[in-house]
Amino acid sequence: MRQGERTWVFPTPPVIVSTGTVVGPDEGAGPLAADFDLVHPDLEIGQPSWEKAERALMEQASDIAASKAGLAKGQIQYYVGGDLLNQIISSTFAARTFGAPYLGVFGACSTSMESLAIASLIVASGAGDCAMAGTSSHNCTAEKQFRYPTEYGSQKPPTAQYTVTGAGAAIVARHGDGPRVTAATIGKIVDLGIKDPFNMGAAMAPAAVDTIQGHLQDMGREPGDYDLIVTGDLAGVGHPIAADLLQRNGVPMERTTFRDCGLMIYDVAKQKVQAGGSGCACSAVVAYGHLLKRMKQGELKRILVVATGSLLSPLSYQQGETIPCIAHAVSIEA
Amino acid sequence: MATKEAQSGKSAYKPLSMSPKEYKAFAKSREPSRSVFRNCLRAFLVGGAICLLGQGVQQFFMTVFHMSEKEAGNPTVAVMIIVSVVLTCLGVYDKIAQWAGAGTAVPVTGFANSMSSAAIEHRSEGLVLGVGANMFKLAGSVIVFGVVAAFVIGIIYWLFGLEG
Repeated sequence: MRQGERTWVFPTPPVIVSTGTVVGPDEGAGPLAADFDLVHPDLEIGQPSWEKAERALMEQASDIAASKAGLAKGQIQYYVGGDLLNQIISSTFAARTFGAPYLGVFGACSTSMESLAIASLIVASGAGDCAMAGTSSHNCTAEKQFRYPTEYGSQKPPTAQYTVTGAGAAIVARHGDGPRVTAATIGKIVDLGIKDPFNMGAAMAPAAVDTIQGHLQDMGREPGDYDLIVTGDLAGVGHPIAADLLQRNGVPMERTTFRDCGLMIYDVAKQKVQAGGSGCACSAVVAYGHLLKRMKQGELKRILVVATGSLLSPLSYQQGETIPCIAHAVSIEA
Repeated sequence: MATKEAQSGKSAYKPLSMSPKEYKAFAKSREPSRSVFRNCLRAFLVGGAICLLGQGVQQFFMTVFHMSEKEAGNPTVAVMIIVSVVLTCLGVYDKIAQWAGAGTAVPVTGFANSMSSAAIEHRSEGLVLGVGANMFKLAGSVIVFGVVAAFVIGIIYWLFGLEG
């Protein structure tokens, strides 16, 4: 199953039998709105606190994924999830209502592919027949925890990113119809000394480059073998940096389509999102909503989703630490 | 399978070879520029407009309630604080601030916004541990350094016999 340095190649690739995607109003006003299962018109989602709202998003996304797969909640054998909040409370509290055996994971915004890789490993290894990967983020909970109160009047620099409000869940199973998870490459921590929490795209770009190259190397492939290579949330500043770094290293990215979920989810020129989207839900809803839909329609045959995460905490940046970053890549084939 | 291709070195790409110092300079050069002049101009215009509004309110108290300039000061500040808090509660103040930068941060309205936004944000954690404990989360350092600065200036005045 292990191939090369850090890639899992699944001999019987698990099938993504269903997904659930739920987003907030800004994502609903973006270009991919039609691809999401549920769009909320407000950020509160009828809940008394932002944290409860995020939890509700996660519960709804998992419910939608389970009902689309025709599974009762009890039939999902494992739930692998994580989010951005301290002690990953959104996932844990959502798992409380779910009742499935639960593994909490934290990879900041890379959690989407981290959890999908682990869920796929569970199924591929025979540890289970069916596992769900899920992650969520909420603009206001992220602002509250990592930055300032949501209504505080401070100017955000153009390198800042806008946390996606939403949740995405995917159910992987041994049998069924749907795109297959064929391989996953586990990222290493890469830290090239960026300290600015308002420039996470630049901080994460080298991690994405490292994982993309690691994946290609382990698989003996080149970018042209993929119809699409998509990064999680490098956005307007980080994505061009990643493209440049790859070019410098001699990776022929021009042979594939190289995009970024953070730039796809919003109309960056029109919506006030600074450099673009970020957050765990960013790559989750774009991959599970938009990209898998395009795979089902036959537009894409093989894609590589490289979810990127900044593993900082409010404490670490206040103490002047640099931002350790990571990227996990999952290869999905129609 | 694909392993053979990997062994044949089909995709032997160069590893990331930048030092943190080189990368920081590289990333810095890729940041979109922020116009200092435009930010200053906006801050000047909005900050000035807030002060002009305050002046108008003070004039109102002086003309309508026949207060002296000094007497009108306190109710004027109170009105400006209320305006700021209302705009914060309506979710407008942060949007103005994104445009205006320091223009909305410096006057008393900015102080009121920092307190009320923190109070709203932490209401979910209760009145004591939430609102009470977090209200000065941002404004607290202004008070601390304000008091320290006033103390130092007071000492200087006292030493040089400049008081009263």
